[in-house]
Amino acid sequence: MVKEVGLTDFQKEVLDSDLPVLVDFWAEWCGPCRMVSPIIENLSEEYKEKIKFVKINVDKFPEIASRYGIMSIPTILIFYKGKIISQTLGSQTKTQLKNFLEEALKKI
Amino acid sequence: MSEENYDLVIIGGGPAGLTCAIYAGRARLKTLILEKVSWGGKLLFINKIENYPGFSEPVSGLRLMEEMKKQAENFGIEFREEEVIEIDIKGKEKIITTQGEKIFRSLAVVIATGTDYKELGVPGEIEFLGKGVSYCGTCDGPLFQNKEIVVVGGGDTALEETIFLSRFAKKIFLLHRRDKLRGAKILQERVFSLPNVEIKWNTVVLKIEGKEKVERVKIKNLKTEKEDFISCQGVFIFIGVRPQTGFLKNFLKLDEEGFIITDEKMKTSQEGVFACGDVRKNSLKQVVNACAEGAIACLSAEKYIEGVKYG
Repeated sequence: MVKEVGLTDFQKEVLDSDLPVLVDFWAEWCGPCRMVSPIIENLSEEYKEKIKFVKINVDKFPEIASRYGIMSIPTILIFYKGKIISQTLGSQTKTQLKNFLEEALKKI
Repeated sequence: MSEENYDLVIIGGGPAGLTCAIYAGRARLKTLILEKVSWGGKLLFINKIENYPGFSEPVSGLRLMEEMKKQAENFGIEFREEEVIEIDIKGKEKIITTQGEKIFRSLAVVIATGTDYKELGVPGEIEFLGKGVSYCGTCDGPLFQNKEIVVVGGGDTALEETIFLSRFAKKIFLLHRRDKLRGAKILQERVFSLPNVEIKWNTVVLKIEGKEKVERVKIKNLKTEKEDFISCQGVFIFIGVRPQTGFLKNFLKLDEEGFIITDEKMKTSQEGVFACGDVRKNSLKQVVNACAEGAIACLSAEKYIEGVKYG
């Protein structure tokens, strides 16, 4: 499951998390985001033991998007112990995203 | 490795491929459609389509894609998200290998892989991708609220995106390397009427500069040879497309740019292989045309498959 996160729970859910956290920055109007979402949803089941999955709507929470300099969506960041350890952007295949997750996990 | 057999495999899930799938489903062909990234292809990059017949109110590319896909699903087409890395189409049996190491065997193949956006090829372009450089106004435009941006190009896409982006940006500099725009007249009229758009004619980008993010572009006027800078936070590039035909290697006749050459029945140089949509040489790059070509390709494939099966 991919949890919707906003301003009030960002600190707790993302920065203070013990597990690494994948953050998917998206918006309603972004076609490619809507296509990547089901892939991420799918991966969130496969990786639920290793990674926490959340998403942030950049329309509702532009503060978070601008804090991390998001200028293109979908952007996917992986946080570990409050810091960004990996990032990628644009629409991608499941294989590409899986490779991205595996590479990120190696950094932990 | 798993192997499966089909009558028809369609490579590419944009409007051409999806329409082909709808027709194939109705023809009761055992059909698989493969898409490497996102169903809908270029449709997803279109905010509003106002020239697709049947919609008196402009329709979003996303919605059109969802409807097309649902329609094909209704006819029992199999969908898979797999990237094709190799095809062997010389023999009667066409063999398609995907990145997941799956092998699909088929009597006929329709290639509808479309195009990718062209890059400018200037310093800073790759470094600042996602840091101000974008190829999709519909995706990123709203993140440039009240910012100053540069748009590069002069065709339909560049003009449509300029109109869309003008809702968010404080100021847009539209850079075009000629002294006339190429896009549709109605789009030109709209662009000319926008108060926050300034067109810089005969102008090219030499370099995109900044520290962490885009801060300015270095430009050159081709007439006067004068170089200058424009301060901006975003650079949106719409200078055309290139066909996605790399995986075909030398199996099919392509033109010098890599577009697939076909006859009017969408037949390629290889028997049993058809191509449709933007990937085809001389295809009008419009959704309605991609759909029409998808239908033709399917009917040609159907005829061919019948010939193979029943002689």
